[in-house]
Amino acid sequence: MTGSGTDEPRAPAPAGCPGDDNIIVIRDLCFAHGQTVIFDGLDIDIRRGSVTAIMGPSGTGKTTLLRLVTGQDLPDRGSVLFDGTEVTRMSRRELFRMRKRVGMLFQNGALLTDLNVYDNVAFPLREHTRLSERLIRHIVLTKLHAVGLRGAWQMMPSQLSGGMARRVALARAIVMDPEIIYYDEPFVGLDPISMGVVVRLIRRMNDALGLTSVVVTHDVDEVSSIADCSFLLSEGKVAASGTPEMLRDHHSETVTQFMTGMADGPVPFHYPAPDYGDQLLTRSDR
Amino acid sequence: MTTETPRGLRRLWLEIGYSVRGFFGTFGAGQLFLLRILVNMPYALARPRLIIKQVYVTGVQSLVVIMLAGFFVGMVLALQGYLTLSRFGAEDTIGMVAALGLVRELGPVVTALLFAGRAGTALSSEIGLMKATDQLSGMEMMAVDPIKRVVVPRFLGGVIAMPILALIFSAMGIFGAWLEGVIVLGVDEGAFWSQMQAQVDLREDVMSGVIKSFFFGIAASLLAVFEGYNCVPTAEGVGRATTRAVVHTSLTVLVLNFMLTAWLLGGN
Repeated sequence: MTGSGTDEPRAPAPAGCPGDDNIIVIRDLCFAHGQTVIFDGLDIDIRRGSVTAIMGPSGTGKTTLLRLVTGQDLPDRGSVLFDGTEVTRMSRRELFRMRKRVGMLFQNGALLTDLNVYDNVAFPLREHTRLSERLIRHIVLTKLHAVGLRGAWQMMPSQLSGGMARRVALARAIVMDPEIIYYDEPFVGLDPISMGVVVRLIRRMNDALGLTSVVVTHDVDEVSSIADCSFLLSEGKVAASGTPEMLRDHHSETVTQFMTGMADGPVPFHYPAPDYGDQLLTRSDR
Repeated sequence: MTTETPRGLRRLWLEIGYSVRGFFGTFGAGQLFLLRILVNMPYALARPRLIIKQVYVTGVQSLVVIMLAGFFVGMVLALQGYLTLSRFGAEDTIGMVAALGLVRELGPVVTALLFAGRAGTALSSEIGLMKATDQLSGMEMMAVDPIKRVVVPRFLGGVIAMPILALIFSAMGIFGAWLEGVIVLGVDEGAFWSQMQAQVDLREDVMSGVIKSFFFGIAASLLAVFEGYNCVPTAEGVGRATTRAVVHTSLTVLVLNFMLTAWLLGGN
């Protein structure tokens, strides 16, 4: 662990992904949307320099976890440390300072629709640096070249395919040379070629630029091919963690159901409902 | 029946209570939002290109609507004025009547209502869609405050464009009144312009219209960006926010117009 930031005693680090140089340390995280409990005592460590997969069925709070880790939402209880500093107690100014060290790839790319590809990638540089346009051009073209879209610099976001938009967003996410990148469902809706490109880019960027990557996804096969460590979330907690191989060999029913894609199991096929016969025979408008 | 009535009344009171609380809650949130805009204004002022672009989007792109509406409102004013004033042999004054009506009332008010329908809806839906497509969250994650980068330039663009649009509306209205009154109905052209020149005061009449449209610009732009920024980030939420922006702006402009008129006339 890189530091505590608080004096309170901490729960032991979760098993499965050993390492003491953690850039993110989450302890006893609790968060609820109204009556729905999303996290109930979540513990996760994210090792510096690794590609970490956060997996889980839909609705387990994977995206919510990213929002909590980046300070977009506040937890009800618990601690989130980013490089030893408590995120949950940061002021808006401190949050913005932290986010300059962070990149995020949204599910739909979140490119600014009134700017072309070049201006989208240049956007953080123009906002946060006083670099000359000549230097900005060099950096932007370098990043676009890294994702294979240097030739698309003039295109508008509406002209890009889903895969291209995500690659442009990736170029924008790395343009400030962040320490960590969060990927929110980066493979959703991509054709096999685009998916393969994005998968390889995540690993290549991570190793070439010395980043830490956190990939939130439910695409088991894709992320397993590049992840150093995976966490499987279920019922507000970490159901299993470890290397992709360790997760595949896990004996828990929840983990087996998720990893093999079984329709029924601990996560039931049917949403909780009254007895079918009773419901059919009950007089009702619906 | 006896138990139904008190229960119905209680429900009615509760509904009224919730509505009043909701109104003041929204009103307070709107004031805080305006405060955030004012605090973040220096950022946008240091980037005039962002503001100029929004003046173009809200102002220049509304020109055709404003000019057409002004032209026909002026023609109708001249026609109605001629029919009434000719009974008293005072049809020569229609130039003055049309000009006063346009620069003091119709110009600022109708422009603000048209602005709410054309530019206000565009602002609300654009910001709402930016929110729904994570563009605002994306900015937050790039350590850029969307209030500074998105909201303030659009607000300022609307505030700057509104008085200019209102003046153009009035000018087109006067042109329409001249066309209808002088060319079609045969009112003496010299009387048309000289009555207008003698009776329309730059400071009292034209400036009062400019002051009104400035305040309408603040109200219309604020409501448009506020509704867009605070919408529920779904297709339905953006639609609702856009509708709310038009309805609230229209009502606010009419209420504000009465208050400003009373204030400006009270000063004379």
